[in-house]
Amino acid sequence: MSRRVLLIEDEPNIAEAIRFLLTREGWQVDTHADGTDAVQVIQGANPDLVILDVMLPGKSGMEILRDLRELEDMQGLPVLMLTARGQSRDREMAENAGVSRFMTKPFSNTEMLTAVRDLHAQATQS
Amino acid sequence: MRDTLTGSRIRERRQIAGLRQAELARQVGISASYLNLIEHNRRRIGGKLLVDIAAALVVEPSVLTQGIEATLISALREAAADAVGQQAELDGLEEFAGRFPGWAGVLAQMHRRVVSLERTVETLSDRLTHDPHLAASMHEVLSTAAAIRSTAAILADTEEIEPEWQDKFHRNLHQDAERLADSSKSLVAYLDDSDSAEDRRGVPLEDVEAFFDSNGHHFPQIEEGGDGADIDLGELDSSAAKTLTRDFLDVYASDARAMPLIEVKAALDGAGLDPLQLAAKFSVDLATVLRRLAALPDGYLGRPTGLVVCDASGSILFSKSVSGFAMPRFGEACPLWPLFQALNRPLVPIRKRVVQLGRTAAVFDCYAHAWPQAISGYDEGPVYRSVMLVRSVEDVAQDDQAVSRVGPSCRVCPNSDCESRREPSILSEGF
Repeated sequence: MSRRVLLIEDEPNIAEAIRFLLTREGWQVDTHADGTDAVQVIQGANPDLVILDVMLPGKSGMEILRDLRELEDMQGLPVLMLTARGQSRDREMAENAGVSRFMTKPFSNTEMLTAVRDLHAQATQS
Repeated sequence: MRDTLTGSRIRERRQIAGLRQAELARQVGISASYLNLIEHNRRRIGGKLLVDIAAALVVEPSVLTQGIEATLISALREAAADAVGQQAELDGLEEFAGRFPGWAGVLAQMHRRVVSLERTVETLSDRLTHDPHLAASMHEVLSTAAAIRSTAAILADTEEIEPEWQDKFHRNLHQDAERLADSSKSLVAYLDDSDSAEDRRGVPLEDVEAFFDSNGHHFPQIEEGGDGADIDLGELDSSAAKTLTRDFLDVYASDARAMPLIEVKAALDGAGLDPLQLAAKFSVDLATVLRRLAALPDGYLGRPTGLVVCDASGSILFSKSVSGFAMPRFGEACPLWPLFQALNRPLVPIRKRVVQLGRTAAVFDCYAHAWPQAISGYDEGPVYRSVMLVRSVEDVAQDDQAVSRVGPSCRVCPNSDCESRREPSILSEGF
């Protein structure tokens, strides 16, 4: 069964690049571009991993993550957060919200792929 | 009122205690079949039998009759875990909830409220910490850079890439390069504090400034003897913006009456610009002179001139922008501005030549003065406001030692060794 990642990103060209890279790695990639219903979309898709942008239309990635971690069956879901704001305060806020890994834009493809592989490996081991 | 689930609670407690039905029945002197009926809520229970069963299960009778909701217990546990410096007696938690269900409910409710408020604070902080315009511009630039970096790396590193993907990524690169050029330009324009007022609407103070900007900070009707009420405020949307504008126009009208335009022009033509001399000539305070000078028509002062007014908290109440001297639209300005130094020395006229660090690094003469607002009663201290006139300077000597270095606001100030810095600059983070 293929591994499934849900990419929540409103920048279509970033989404396209990530989709290309992960598809080549054998992931099935679903995308979503709106924050408003992101929690419901994640619940419905039940992915192995979520890549979540912070600045999304409708609802910020931080709020989505907090709401997600309130749900009992979503507490262990690996979430890789992408943000243009990489200050320590933002990292701390993401960690408090329950992020699994935090990555600052612009990131390298290798960095992103390594993060996805690590998170998935950790999740499958636990 | 007792509910009808007492039997279910007895069953639950018995199972928690690891007792078989027959054992508990024997302990309290009833048959197992009767206990079975009780546990399935088919027989009502009370009095001595209830007390006996509660004693056998080592719980308060009220725990069985009124129940302790699992959510209440869970909320109390969370409250205990979150308590700082207090060790709650967790082994007595159920007893506490059973004996004092009302207080336990209050405690759980308060804890839920604290958690909810903390989340609200965090969410608001998340939204408000950053200047929304700057955050949006930065996000745009960095996101586009991320897309370009990722796409370019795919094209450079992928050995076999399907032609349709290759075409698509080339198109994306072109698109993103154009976007990056546009967003970079608009970000630089923003950091340079462009004069465009169109995008600043929405917050009352910004609406007020946009209104004054669109009128060139000069109102001929008032100069000719009218008052603030004569000015049409129809273009302002909110009542808050209208009220604020009316207040500022009243101050304008009062200043104009104290310093009539024609007399000010004559004084400037005669003695040049010296705010203190003007204050003496017109018998007004320095704040009036500074405000009045900023409201003169273009050309009266020879060089571009701006104004900024703040209250005792340092919040900027009003500003007239001047090219090259960035005035933050949100948050705090540079504490080294003479505007704020005047607050430390109320009523003392301050004159200082400053260079505002940044891309343009222009030099300005600043005149600042803090004056007391009306005193509300006996033994009440005055609350000060401060005003600063900012006038551009031409032909500055390169090695002018008398020029103080100031910034716009910490977030966009390049001065890394400033003792007064409040927060790191985004410029120092390589942006």
